[in-house]
Amino acid sequence: MAKRIDVSGLTAFYGSHKAIEDISMTVEPRSVTAFIGPSGCGKSTFLRTLNRMHEVTPGGRVEGKVLLDEEDLYGQGIDPVSVRREIGMVFQRPNPFPTMSIFDNVAAGLRLNGGYKKSDLNDIVEKSLKGANLWNEVKDRLNKPGSGLSGGQQQRLCIARAIAVEPKVLLMDEPCSALDPISTLAIEDLIGELKERFTIVIVTHNMQQAARVSDRTAFFNLSAVGQPGRLIEIDDTERIFSNPSVQATEDYISGRFG
Amino acid sequence: MSHAAVTEERPSTLRGASLPVWSPWAIAAGSVVVAVLLGLVAGIDSRVQWGLIAGLLFLAGTYGIAAKVEGRRQAKDRIATSLVWVAFLLAVVPLVSLVWTTVARGVKVLDLYFLTHSMGIVADSQPGGGIYHAIIGSLEQVGLATLMAAPIGVLTAIYLVEYGRGGLARAVTFFVDVMTGIPSVVAGLFILSLMLIFEMEPFGFAGSLALAILMVPVVVRSTEEMLKLVPNELREASLALGVPKWRTILKVVLPTSIGGITTGIMLAIARIAGETAPVLLLVFGNRFINNNPFEGAQQSLPLYIYQQYANSAGANAAYDRAWAASLTLIAFVMILNLLARGIARWKAPKSGR
Amino acid sequence: MDITTKNTEAPPPSPQPTEAESKRAARGATRPGDRIFLGLSRGSGILLLVVMAAIAVFLTYRATLAISKDHGNFLTTLEWNTGVNPPTFGIAVLAYGTVISSIIAMVIAVPIAVSIALFLTHYAPRRLSGPISYVIDLLAAVPSIVYGLWGALILVPNLNGLFGWLNDYFGWTGFFSWDEGAPRSMLTVGILLAIMILPIITNVSREVFRQAPLMHQEAALALGATRWEVIRMSVLPFGRSGVISASMLGLGRALGETMAVATVLSPDFLIHLSLLNPGGGTFAQNIASKFGEANEFGRDALIASGLVLFVITLLVNGAARLIIARRKEYSGANA
Repeated sequence: MAKRIDVSGLTAFYGSHKAIEDISMTVEPRSVTAFIGPSGCGKSTFLRTLNRMHEVTPGGRVEGKVLLDEEDLYGQGIDPVSVRREIGMVFQRPNPFPTMSIFDNVAAGLRLNGGYKKSDLNDIVEKSLKGANLWNEVKDRLNKPGSGLSGGQQQRLCIARAIAVEPKVLLMDEPCSALDPISTLAIEDLIGELKERFTIVIVTHNMQQAARVSDRTAFFNLSAVGQPGRLIEIDDTERIFSNPSVQATEDYISGRFG
Repeated sequence: MSHAAVTEERPSTLRGASLPVWSPWAIAAGSVVVAVLLGLVAGIDSRVQWGLIAGLLFLAGTYGIAAKVEGRRQAKDRIATSLVWVAFLLAVVPLVSLVWTTVARGVKVLDLYFLTHSMGIVADSQPGGGIYHAIIGSLEQVGLATLMAAPIGVLTAIYLVEYGRGGLARAVTFFVDVMTGIPSVVAGLFILSLMLIFEMEPFGFAGSLALAILMVPVVVRSTEEMLKLVPNELREASLALGVPKWRTILKVVLPTSIGGITTGIMLAIARIAGETAPVLLLVFGNRFINNNPFEGAQQSLPLYIYQQYANSAGANAAYDRAWAASLTLIAFVMILNLLARGIARWKAPKSGR
Repeated sequence: MDITTKNTEAPPPSPQPTEAESKRAARGATRPGDRIFLGLSRGSGILLLVVMAAIAVFLTYRATLAISKDHGNFLTTLEWNTGVNPPTFGIAVLAYGTVISSIIAMVIAVPIAVSIALFLTHYAPRRLSGPISYVIDLLAAVPSIVYGLWGALILVPNLNGLFGWLNDYFGWTGFFSWDEGAPRSMLTVGILLAIMILPIITNVSREVFRQAPLMHQEAALALGATRWEVIRMSVLPFGRSGVISASMLGLGRALGETMAVATVLSPDFLIHLSLLNPGGGTFAQNIASKFGEANEFGRDALIASGLVLFVITLLVNGAARLIIARRKEYSGANA
């Protein structure tokens, strides 16, 4: 199911401001790729270009190619709505729909397309919640509002919601930055399990987290404030953290800046 | 090119078949043509029906074609988009017509003569005359109302924000809300009941009292909002310097929020300047110039418009005057609004986004 | 200084300062300046309460004067004869007309206003939505008498086609039968009121929709929702109570609107099934129309009808406040 992403020569703008410039990389299927780098280096912007969420921001514009198994997401006739269905996303702050129950939250994406029988829906919701390691905690209160859960549970609910529609790729934008250490650990464990089924890209501020969960790590940087962010290097996580090929990466990782 | 060749071959989940950008226009044009043909063939002569048929055809066509090519969800999305646009265009028609008519008809007799003469020697059905007496009346009534309502409103807001805790403040807050909802005619009736008790004849200040009742809650609400925007640190900084509370309010809190408060008062003035009903009940209207708001009937701009319309038995001269007076009133209200917004923007706290 | 010495000399029985002392400390009303200022501002607040009480008292007083001499039933009589002896008058027609015209106005205005609000926040190009919002803001400030003049001179003559069409196709219902009289009926009033309250409801709804949290809209987008689905999943649920209170605000204005109704309606004192034939009346319109010819007793009778209108608008506004208060509690979790 999981698919590979090939990015070539990607540049993204906010209006006339160039946020990231000329990024090319490959994201391998069934693996976790982490994006690290200082604030404002464009790693979140880049993540949002991978499922065409960037263009939702007013003035957001993209040049270049993003191939999902050889099909260009920005090609002619591509429907951004279908793209986002294939490439799910988990956000920095847990954002379950406040007016929906836990069950409805997970089923929200499925119901968009309709055509599911009630029993199918039940099965998929249960499977997704189990997949997000949340089932045992919420199985008795599926009809309660999702906003009643703790922050970590809410985030796992959002992950369940995202995987319920069986995306090919899962993008995570600092999914743990609003959570306490124990919830963070639960999510990290979950990421390890999910990579069996999905291609996962995670943006993180936390270098230990990148080291713990990812197979490959990409380091982004910008030469000065106001300049566009660039990809400095991408490599196996172990290598990035032990023996990076670029000096800037080593400086960042060893805490000399950023 | 090789990519394109490859992707053409395999079924894509991303490539939702989509209608071309021009398709809404094409469907719209098609619907209009079909509607006109239908109308001609069936001998329907009402243009409203032609439009209605065209509209229904457009919706049905959009849904049908989109559902076939793009799928049901996209079709729904397109219908929603069309309906939202239609609602907007539908609403624009009367509102544009209102503004356009007022301006187009209003400029006919609106000149310096019109602004500087009363209706003293002109019958309602004859051309000539003007709104000088109405402008004087409006300015005096609204001015007096503002003199009463602005200080009371601002002081009440200060009480609510700076001092108010407990039962009294809650009661005041509640009844300010209640006052906001009083229909203007009811405020007029209240003053009228007092005038009946004291056996008074209509005069300008009675109208001012009713207008003040309508104005106070608006001023309280907007001033309250502005005072709440003043950061507490500012108050604490001043109090910590040993400045008494009343001087803190006068020298720190009010100057910080004065722009917003002025804006609120001006918007409130704009609102009461257009009120007709209380003036009709309490000031009664007058063909002549009466500069004294405390004795005798007066005229006011909105009341003048109403009387020119209602008392003239369809004379075009009277309608022209009504439109010209409307244009004057709208211009006054709009200038107040624009000034108020200008002040709000100019005086806005710099830290705000 | 005074307080501290006092406190050390005679410490209060409990460690807490007494209520009076803490109040004084909180207000700092020990200096003359403070006392005067507090007195002034509190006095203004109290004055408002006095005025509100006076409105209720005096309206009720004059109303009872009139109602006690009414030879008809104040609630059910279909007549308004106050100049004759014995006087006979009742508010049935006015209550019906006020309610029905407001309902028509709401049915037309709310869906359109919500659509325009969505148009401005989610559909219109940004370059368009800013200026349009501004213009609609300004339109909300156009005095009602101007709407009335426009309604009487422009809207009414243009309604003949619509009325004829409604009569042709829906005349059989009774509600839309039309005897080809001048289109100065309850439906005309409803349409004009709808146009008048459209800007208000649009403005408030627009503000509510604009505050719909971006993160929930993005959540819907990321699940592959179309624009309409995003709105249905995350904007409308968030804005529902706001739209309701905006509508109540508009309803309050429609109920109390005087001049615009008085200019377009040909009133009489009957309850008509047809919404297209002229006739009927509303509280506010009746006050404006009958006031000129009314003697003192007639004015008291009008005051009595005004009191009923006052109570109705109070109820509507009270309901709106309740809804807003509930919404605040509800959205507290997100704030």
